[in-house]
Amino acid sequence: MPSNLRVKSSEFIDETIRISFKFNGKSYHGFKGDTLASALLANDVHLVGRSFKYHRPRGIMTAGSEEPNAIVQVNDKTNRTEPNVRATEVEIYEGLEASSQNCWPNVNFDIGGINNALSAFLPAGFYYKTFMWPASFWEKYEYFIRHSAGLGKSPTEKDPDIYDHRHVHCDVLVVGAGISGILAAKNAAKNNFKTLLVDEKNELGGATIYQNREFNIIEGLSSSDWIKKEIQELKHIKNLEIKTRTSVAAYHSYNYLLARENLTDHLEKKDKQGKIRQRLLKIRAKKVILSTGALERPLIFNNNDRPGIMLSSAVNKYADFYGVVSGKKNVFFTNNDSAYESALCLHNKGIKVEAIIDIRENSDSKIVKTVENAGIAIHWSHTIVDTKGYKRLNSISVMKLSNDGLSVTGNKIDISCDCLGVAGGWTPAVHLFTQSGGKLTFNESDKVFLPNKYPSDQLSVGSCNGDFKIKEIINNLSTNLKQFLKIEKTDFDNLSIESEEENSKRNIWLLPSDKSIGKTKPFVDYQNDATAKDIKLALREGFRSIEHVKRYTTTGMGTDQGKLGNMHALGIIADTAGVKMGELGTTTFRPPYTPLTFGTIVGRNVGEYFDIFRRTPMNDWHIENKAEFENVGQWKRAWYYPVNGESMHDAVQRESKAARESAGILDASTLGKIDIQGSDASEFLNRVYTNAWSKLGIGKCRYGLMLNEDGMVYDDGVTTRLGENHYLMTTTTGGAANVLGKLEDYLQTEWPELDVYLTSVTDHYATTSICGPNSKKILNKIIPDLDLSEESFPHMSFKNAQIGNIKCRIMRISFTGEHSYEINVQANYGKAIWEKCMEAGKEFNITPYGTETMHLLRAEKGFIIVGQDTDGTMTPIDLQMDWIVSKKKYDFIGKRSLYRSDTMKEERKQLVGLLTDDPNIVLEEGAQIVSKLNESPVNMLGHVTSSYYSPNLKKSIALAVVRSGKHMMGKKLFIPMENKNINVTVANPVFFDSENKRLNA
Amino acid sequence: MFVINCPYCGERDQQEFKAGGEAHIERPKQPTELSDDEWAEYLFMRKNIKGIQFERWNHAHGCRKWFNMVRDTSNDEIKLIYKMGERPPSE
Ligand SMILES: [Zn+2]
Repeated sequence: MPSNLRVKSSEFIDETIRISFKFNGKSYHGFKGDTLASALLANDVHLVGRSFKYHRPRGIMTAGSEEPNAIVQVNDKTNRTEPNVRATEVEIYEGLEASSQNCWPNVNFDIGGINNALSAFLPAGFYYKTFMWPASFWEKYEYFIRHSAGLGKSPTEKDPDIYDHRHVHCDVLVVGAGISGILAAKNAAKNNFKTLLVDEKNELGGATIYQNREFNIIEGLSSSDWIKKEIQELKHIKNLEIKTRTSVAAYHSYNYLLARENLTDHLEKKDKQGKIRQRLLKIRAKKVILSTGALERPLIFNNNDRPGIMLSSAVNKYADFYGVVSGKKNVFFTNNDSAYESALCLHNKGIKVEAIIDIRENSDSKIVKTVENAGIAIHWSHTIVDTKGYKRLNSISVMKLSNDGLSVTGNKIDISCDCLGVAGGWTPAVHLFTQSGGKLTFNESDKVFLPNKYPSDQLSVGSCNGDFKIKEIINNLSTNLKQFLKIEKTDFDNLSIESEEENSKRNIWLLPSDKSIGKTKPFVDYQNDATAKDIKLALREGFRSIEHVKRYTTTGMGTDQGKLGNMHALGIIADTAGVKMGELGTTTFRPPYTPLTFGTIVGRNVGEYFDIFRRTPMNDWHIENKAEFENVGQWKRAWYYPVNGESMHDAVQRESKAARESAGILDASTLGKIDIQGSDASEFLNRVYTNAWSKLGIGKCRYGLMLNEDGMVYDDGVTTRLGENHYLMTTTTGGAANVLGKLEDYLQTEWPELDVYLTSVTDHYATTSICGPNSKKILNKIIPDLDLSEESFPHMSFKNAQIGNIKCRIMRISFTGEHSYEINVQANYGKAIWEKCMEAGKEFNITPYGTETMHLLRAEKGFIIVGQDTDGTMTPIDLQMDWIVSKKKYDFIGKRSLYRSDTMKEERKQLVGLLTDDPNIVLEEGAQIVSKLNESPVNMLGHVTSSYYSPNLKKSIALAVVRSGKHMMGKKLFIPMENKNINVTVANPVFFDSENKRLNA
Repeated sequence: MFVINCPYCGERDQQEFKAGGEAHIERPKQPTELSDDEWAEYLFMRKNIKGIQFERWNHAHGCRKWFNMVRDTSNDEIKLIYKMGERPPSE
């Protein structure tokens, strides 16, 4: 390592702990406290990546999360690799491996660099225009573009790390722990506000803590010594929680913020094991104080993007905080006093500063005088017109600015240098403020957008509110904080403060060159390679809205959202279009402020925790008996029970035959169950179902169809009258929650006069359904004293019974068309009763069947499944279920809609049966139905909704919805498939036992 | 994500609630008397205002009660919450 790039040891870097790491396969070392960026700079590595479009060599520009260029891929392992990480935010650890992105085959020889030479043909909108070419062109381009200009690699394996979510509630959230954040948090906590202070960095204190500013004196101490004392005090304050390495990603309405807490990324590999890597904090704060600081702006001039060109403040931070010198020959280029602070910082460390180029005419501030007295050359009213050096800056060309700042005059001066610190002023970090819905106002004198109208209980303080000097930061904070927190005083009301004053200002958004703009490359958005030239082109092509210019030029659309250059883009648009910046507005800053990992977003909700699984009380039995499962909503339902390696088809055929020939058993616990009580319960059912309920006797069951107000079938199920004012309603498995919600809605908002109470009891009862000709014998074995005669216990009735000590409700209802019983018991007894049925049914070869067989059996009977044979566009009339729609009832939900001209049309799609001419062909569900082949355009009549091979009928059967289907009985239709046309005949949808003889067998 | 002050439970996070569309659209007492157009007006037509809107909300994962909310849809500011059956404030 070139040792002369480390200056006198910094207190933030522990030089006793050496850390080795690899970058682009080469080994380097740094010290504890270094970021990847500072360690690379200490090793004299500036070239770290290639730009997105032109593949120009790029270096480290900043020392923070706003970094546009030094974007790296961390850890080249297939499962733990992460793209698009800012080298300025990666804290190095032993064994870290990182590599450049956007370059292929490597950063030093990059084939896409040819785009730079071709840049005249790659203007703004190139990609959009390319996309508009014929699709075949795009396919060719896609390979090239993806390969050469990708934004990093995704991991190819499952992420092995643990991520977490946590809800956080606090009285005051302070975002940013610079000087104003620290003072605000301290005083909030001291006044009994439960306070949370977060900062994206690993150290508190912002820039104040490391900058050695001899002109900033607080209470007789330098500002950095004073802030260190303040930070020490924070540790002893109650009510205050501090989280470092925590970046606020999003600020939503009602003071709801999302922050990412980084817990292990900075640790050595062995220390990461088994720990939570990142945690998403979901913060609800009563009050929010934003002290997010300000970002330094670059200056926009020709070839302003070479490795070695950095922000002046970054040069300063690398020197003061990391003890790293970014260059041996340093020059600064500025429009304000900030660069003089950086120059002085280097000078005081004994590092040569060649020159300062200042676009202002002069300045008489104290710091400028000090720099002048130090013998550093200052070129007033000058600008940089060009830079040289392909992979590293080696010289700049400087010329005098005209009075209007639009052109340059005089001779060109070349200055040799390897590091250029650029200071274009400061942009308050108002991103979070605007995310929250805050409105900005433009401050003409500082050329900044500042918070204006707060949308929630929040306050912006410090430089994100436009206060840049320590004196104004502290004084304004004192006034605003007292008002915001409604407190009498703060502990910094009467500090003695001395700070620098800056007097002269000059701002030029786009600095002129001696070349015409067409021949220059003044980059505005470094990450997306958008230049001032592109913005001007967009305006020439007629774009006016800044949102359009942004999309056309891709300015601000990178992963950094253009944090550095957005203001210049706006300025150049305003200047070119001749409008005021305040009237132009800004583009929208969107969450996240810095990129989030997918892991952080999903937290623990991965794998089996992605969604809730609901399991029935008999679930263990199904698993023990090798059931295959299917997801029905959140339920895991037994699908079929393969025996001896049977295929699904064979299992279902066997189960279906067994259920009709002897006995089958089904776990029906997932059906929705709603307990309905109250003196108006019958009237309520009358209003929500299409059929009549008033005359249903106690102990009887009835099937009901429920519509939406638009007349379309919504749900169905059997409801049992348990008592005078007591019903038990069943719903479909998937519809249970929605049905309850809908019924509550009507009850509370339309019919509050009804005395009815609804309770969901789905999880409270387990339901075992036994069916088939031997089901009666089986039930008789289990409950010998229960009268199962037709007279006492007919179809569609219910009895209370007892199996041992277990109370049960037995309904004689059927979804298969077979004689069957549903035994409902308290959920805990579900498995015991199921096993009792299995035992009693053994001699009858009782066969467990799953949802697939249930669907097949009901299809044989032509029973619909809401959601499979209906899709929200089917009325009961469409389903040929006219019999269930009461003509006598004055009203029920959806009744009026059945008489709309549209719902009464004869040519609506109607449910029919379909039989294939070849009984062995089973149709595909979803297949389209036509009446004529070779018609163009194809006139599609409908589609197949359910289709099975029926082992009981020994032929293929299907249900379908077909336009005017009810008038097509016996008609031949076609199902055109990829390789063949299938001939079908429209049939009655009840294929099996249409006289319902088996129900009473 | 709002904080909603359920009139029965107090302040709760928005994710416990379900929005139920425009408020104060009463189901006609005699639907059979209505023309197709009148029925369609009740069934389909909603204002969807940018600005002050009267809405129905349900504390679906809480007390399951429905209530009314006056919300500025342009900035999500909740102006007022009142129970079902109570009369809407006059602007
Ligand atoms: Zn509630």
